Amino acid sequence: MRLLIAFALVLGLAGLAYLAGRARGNRMVTVAGGRMGAVHSRPVYHGAYVAVLALAPALLVLAGWGIVGEGLIEGQVLGSLSAAERPAPGNDSEALLNEVRGLVNGDLPQAFNPLAPRLAPVYAAARSNGDLLASALAVALLAMGGLWGWSRLRPDFRARNRVETQVRALLLVSSVVAILTTFGIVLSLIFESIRFFQLVSPVEFLTGLQWSPQTAIRADQVGSTGAFGAVPLFWGTIFIGAIIAMAVAIPLGLMSAIYLTQYADPRVRKWLKPILELLAGVPTVVYGFFAALTIAPLVRSFAVALGMTNASSDSALAAGLVMGVMIIPFVSSMADDSLAAVPRAMRDGSLAMGATPSETVKKVLVPAALPGIMGGVLLAVSRAIGETMIVVMAAGLAANLTANPFSSVTTVTTQIVALLTGDQEFDSAKTLSAFALGLVLFVMTLVLNIYALAVVKRYREAYE
Amino acid sequence: MATLAAPAAPIAERQPTDWTTQAMRSRIAARYRAERNFRRLGAAALVIAASFLAFLLFTIVRDGWTGFQRTETRIEVQFDAATLGVDPAAVAGPQGQALLARADYQALLLKAAEQLGPADDTLSDAAWMELREALMDNPALLGKRASLWVPVRSSIDLLAKGKYDLAAPAESRGVTDREVSDWRWLEGKGLLRTGFNTTFLFGADSTEPELAGIGGAALGSLLTLAVTIAIAFPLGVFSAVWLEEFAPKGRLADIIELSINNLAAVPSIIFGLLGLAFFLNFAGMPRSAPLVGGITLALMIMPVIVIASRVAIKAVPPSIRDAALGIGASPIQVVFHHVLPLALPGIMTGTIIGIARALGETAPLLLIGMRAFVTDVPQGFTSPATVLPMQVFLWSDDVQRGFVEKTSAAIMVLMLVLIAMNSLAIYLRNRFERRW
Repeated sequence: MRLLIAFALVLGLAGLAYLAGRARGNRMVTVAGGRMGAVHSRPVYHGAYVAVLALAPALLVLAGWGIVGEGLIEGQVLGSLSAAERPAPGNDSEALLNEVRGLVNGDLPQAFNPLAPRLAPVYAAARSNGDLLASALAVALLAMGGLWGWSRLRPDFRARNRVETQVRALLLVSSVVAILTTFGIVLSLIFESIRFFQLVSPVEFLTGLQWSPQTAIRADQVGSTGAFGAVPLFWGTIFIGAIIAMAVAIPLGLMSAIYLTQYADPRVRKWLKPILELLAGVPTVVYGFFAALTIAPLVRSFAVALGMTNASSDSALAAGLVMGVMIIPFVSSMADDSLAAVPRAMRDGSLAMGATPSETVKKVLVPAALPGIMGGVLLAVSRAIGETMIVVMAAGLAANLTANPFSSVTTVTTQIVALLTGDQEFDSAKTLSAFALGLVLFVMTLVLNIYALAVVKRYREAYE
Repeated sequence: MATLAAPAAPIAERQPTDWTTQAMRSRIAARYRAERNFRRLGAAALVIAASFLAFLLFTIVRDGWTGFQRTETRIEVQFDAATLGVDPAAVAGPQGQALLARADYQALLLKAAEQLGPADDTLSDAAWMELREALMDNPALLGKRASLWVPVRSSIDLLAKGKYDLAAPAESRGVTDREVSDWRWLEGKGLLRTGFNTTFLFGADSTEPELAGIGGAALGSLLTLAVTIAIAFPLGVFSAVWLEEFAPKGRLADIIELSINNLAAVPSIIFGLLGLAFFLNFAGMPRSAPLVGGITLALMIMPVIVIASRVAIKAVPPSIRDAALGIGASPIQVVFHHVLPLALPGIMTGTIIGIARALGETAPLLLIGMRAFVTDVPQGFTSPATVLPMQVFLWSDDVQRGFVEKTSAAIMVLMLVLIAMNSLAIYLRNRFERRW
């Protein structure tokens, strides 16, 4: 809270710095006889220059403290305990610190841990000292930067050029965030995966047929050997996302696109297209709920009617069907683009030879657009295998290696969620395996995407 | 004059196709039939997709609209100071409201429930709050009798809404005989009414279906989205400006462009893994907090905003830039005074679509712990919170029957907000988009 006040104060002071700089710029214009041209930059740039010099270092200090501050304070608080009293690092320390924080903030009327009341004043003191120090440093830097900038203002000072350089730097830094995010994803996945592969061999992970991530808590526990063979997961992912979902999405999406582009009246098209796109706008958690509550029982009773006695209530078919419907607009819009990119002369030529529109579509347009459509389908597959909520809610947790759509299979994303929610001990193979699964998922979608985009691009170039 | 030698044998001259023969007629008929069938197939695909959507919306609305209602029963309450454990003289004093807030309403309710005779166990666990509210609104009620409408238990509520199949055998219909007879008794006495469920719209989560609300989750969504917008909008627009207007052709621009295109295709759950590994475990930020959720979602939707903004910026004709440069504007001035204002409708459309995506997203937030059970509205950006789609997920997991209608009702609210946002985006695009 105090940090927020400091933040507001810094912003306010920077506003003052802006006003001061601008006022000085205005005065320079007045001194020059009210002629704007006598001063290199307009007064607003003088103001902005001073404000930037004041604000930037102060914000850096506050942001830095906001990120590392809590860690430093925790270290100080735990350091105040003697070695014997200090709880084990990890969950125990975290729990104690949470209680201390609760006591200090007044959320917690009473602590369970006897150490907490003793540590509360230490924590409060460290927090207030740290906040005060960081705020003071920020304000001092702000004053120094602002004064220095203010002192440099002259009629011939190129304030606009300086400000524009700073703005360009800001634009560049914003763009670099995308690279940093990509690096962050890759590094965090690889880092945690390496720790996992120190516990479990990559060969076992990628080729093993047995998946039961429960590791034994007690040494003598039965039935929790912790097998990490992820092949059933990969199969489940492909079965639901690339087979069942695509069996729904490809015909429906392709036919919808053909109807909309070749047959539909423009007025009908104007209405139908947004309706189709609405399917893509429905949150996946809604699809998941619908799949689990409405579709899954239907599929189950259908299976029972077919004579399957052990039909699962979380079947691969229910999740796959709903996922397929979700993907329809995606396939349809990719197919739409590809069909539209086929040169008009090819279509007209076919029609002029007496082919019916459907013959033109089947024998000319679709074959010509096939690479583009295939690229779109691959993109759709990559989206389907990364989809999480539908399978978490409608597919099962049992890692079965089966091709029966009425039985339960599990997917990579379902397992990631199952492994990382609920009770988890960190650094266990069970928790770390989620990151290895995430890495596999990331690589799979990346490869699919790069390949699909290359296919689409080559196809577009062929007709340009 | 040379004469052409007559061919030794006459070439079989190709006759024009005789379209009237039976074979050709049936062939054409077959082709037309195939044409009609293909066309019908296309229409059928669209109808299937649209009817799936209609079916989905229909089931959600059918199950969900009763979630906005709750069943109440009328009880006569004697606001007896002794049962409440308060001193009537002190209530008149300055601390009166505080005293009333802490009084023992449970005991009062227990007494009042006796008048319901056989159905005395039908009141909601939180019915006492209604008594407290009534008395605190009007302290003069102390010692008097009043007739109040209080909520009933979820099972009675569902019975009154007709959610159970009473013809089914007792063991499979999900409601006990006692509850059915209680409900019949109340219904017979005319003690039940259906009221608007304000708790649902403004309250926070609860373990009791009749007390659970989406207010806390909605506020959590609002806080999370505030963080998301504050980060993703400036970053996205600035990146787009740099890439379109300032990036020198070269390695750096290529890498950035590649990163953005890849990030746009990364599954959302991967962002959750990033949030967990980096923000929570490495940077030590608080779990379940809107701050972390907002940052994670911001990274996720940033590519959407960048891509939309780039298209919008690219659509601004070069003549505008040239004109501004020609009268002496600097490149930065050209961008901020001319290009961005003209590209703003397109940028806003992309941003709204990105935000709508963030609002409906659940998977990454699951991993950073925003599935916390929060019975209070979130206090700030760093306190535990949950968001609307997460509330849907949590309730859909709950075995209690009463949560089905709550889940569907929450979905209705979520979908309404999303449809409103998307309509706004379409409106902005149609209203302000200019074609040069």
